[in-house]
Amino acid sequence: MSPVVITDAATVEAPAARAGTPVFSLRGVGKTYPRRNVEALGRVDLTLEAGGFSSVIGASGCGKSTLLKIMAGLVPPSSGSVTLSGRPVTGPRREIGMMFQQATLFPWKTTVENIVLPVEIRDGRAAARASRDKARALLELVGLRGFEEVYPNELSGGMAQRAAICRMLITEPEVLLLDEPFSALDELTRDFMNMELQRICLARGATAFLVTHSIPEAVILSDVVHVMSPRPGRFVDTVAIDLPRPRTLAMTTTPRFGALVERIRGRLDKGAFL
Amino acid sequence: MSDASLAPALATGEPADTVWTERDSWFDRIPRAVAMLALAAVAVGLWGAVSWSGIVSPIILPSPGETLRHVVFVGGNLLSGGYMLGSLLVTVQELVLAFALAVIIGFALGVLVGETAFGERAVMPYLVAVDTMPKVAFAPLFIAWLGFGIESKVALATFIATFPIVVGTAAGLHASDENARMLFRTMGASRWQTLVKMKLPSGLPQFFTGLKIASVGVMAGVITGEFLGGGRGFGELIRVASTNLDTGRVFALILYLSLLGLATFGTVAWTQRRLVFWQRTSASREG
Repeated sequence: MSPVVITDAATVEAPAARAGTPVFSLRGVGKTYPRRNVEALGRVDLTLEAGGFSSVIGASGCGKSTLLKIMAGLVPPSSGSVTLSGRPVTGPRREIGMMFQQATLFPWKTTVENIVLPVEIRDGRAAARASRDKARALLELVGLRGFEEVYPNELSGGMAQRAAICRMLITEPEVLLLDEPFSALDELTRDFMNMELQRICLARGATAFLVTHSIPEAVILSDVVHVMSPRPGRFVDTVAIDLPRPRTLAMTTTPRFGALVERIRGRLDKGAFL
Repeated sequence: MSDASLAPALATGEPADTVWTERDSWFDRIPRAVAMLALAAVAVGLWGAVSWSGIVSPIILPSPGETLRHVVFVGGNLLSGGYMLGSLLVTVQELVLAFALAVIIGFALGVLVGETAFGERAVMPYLVAVDTMPKVAFAPLFIAWLGFGIESKVALATFIATFPIVVGTAAGLHASDENARMLFRTMGASRWQTLVKMKLPSGLPQFFTGLKIASVGVMAGVITGEFLGGGRGFGELIRVASTNLDTGRVFALILYLSLLGLATFGTVAWTQRRLVFWQRTSASREG
């Protein structure tokens, strides 16, 4: 059990450090499943800069999930190198926080207990108890104050995903890997949660990587959108999103937003849906 | 036009024939306890009619009154600490021992089969093969090996009750979803942590389903063992009464056994409600 630095509730919002320096870099990363003779991923080059928000967009089965699993250290790549903060990724890393389409909160734990679970796994029960105050501060950050001792059965879909955000943030990861985090929510809640996500990322200076199949979602959240094409999965375009921050939902009706969406859709149409 | 015709009806407090409401059938409106008692009364009434008519010999079907007399007698013997209480305690002892052993062995085998590739590939086929055998047929073997004491009964009951627990435990371990496993991997959880903190709690509902089936099987095993292997248990009382053609006594003894079975099942169900508190969807056996 290694000692944990307990952050004071007021300093949960991490400083936006080293903006622009590369945190995550992938060089020629490919993945083939020899048994099925499927080339899931071609040669992908990707750099995530500190404090930046990048997305990858593509149709189902284009290799997005494979890419994300390789980045998270869940699956080894067949070729190429993956480096996170200067060290090669050879397995799940502490610097990575992950979120999935399903909140996956455990029903036998209260909201706070669910949130401190990553600390419990990595550093033991005592550390988990010690990080409860931090969990409460995070719940406040995502607007779930007062739901600390509630069991997940009593949370709505949007509330559960907020709790999942807290669980991802509790270990203060440098990079957030988001696998279609809000796609199971209804569209109104989803728009709102995307704005919340932006607010949280800006407040913490987080480096985020989002996998999605919604073009507007990718555009409104990202600094850079990578367009992915299947068989084998590869980037066919990389679009810089020059809308000012903080983004608002009102921007989705601007001509610039429309033009960016059009461009990405045009790139996707070529081959993505064959 | 329709507005005009509806208006008076609404204004006068909606007479029943103009308002379409969902109504339960007459049977749905009977309280559950009343329905149950009514069914029991009908059944006992039929039973009484058949035995009163004399179609069936009292040796085959004693009258409700005769049976009640035995129920009162056995109940009195049990409450006054008579020889039947001694027999009941022997049976309870066998039941508790066999159930505890079945839980320990079944859980251990279930984890082996559900969690390890060795267990799943090498052990599971044998378990399936043994499970398909009629396990009661092993009773003479257990008696030959362990004698006429409680050991042979405990062994048979354990043997019968272990399999549903193995299956329940293994099914529970497989029940955790893909997302939860991926989440635990991203958190860098060890295999042990994944098992203890995620897979086992996720699998508790299936584990308890196995326990409930086992709680019924363990009773059958104990009584079968007592029928075939003698001893001083409740099954022996039934066997003796049956040999004496004292059918009313058999009925009464079975009634008290069923209360014991109900208590066992109820204890498991109660434990499940306490332990798996997040699963309060239904009170059914499948729960």
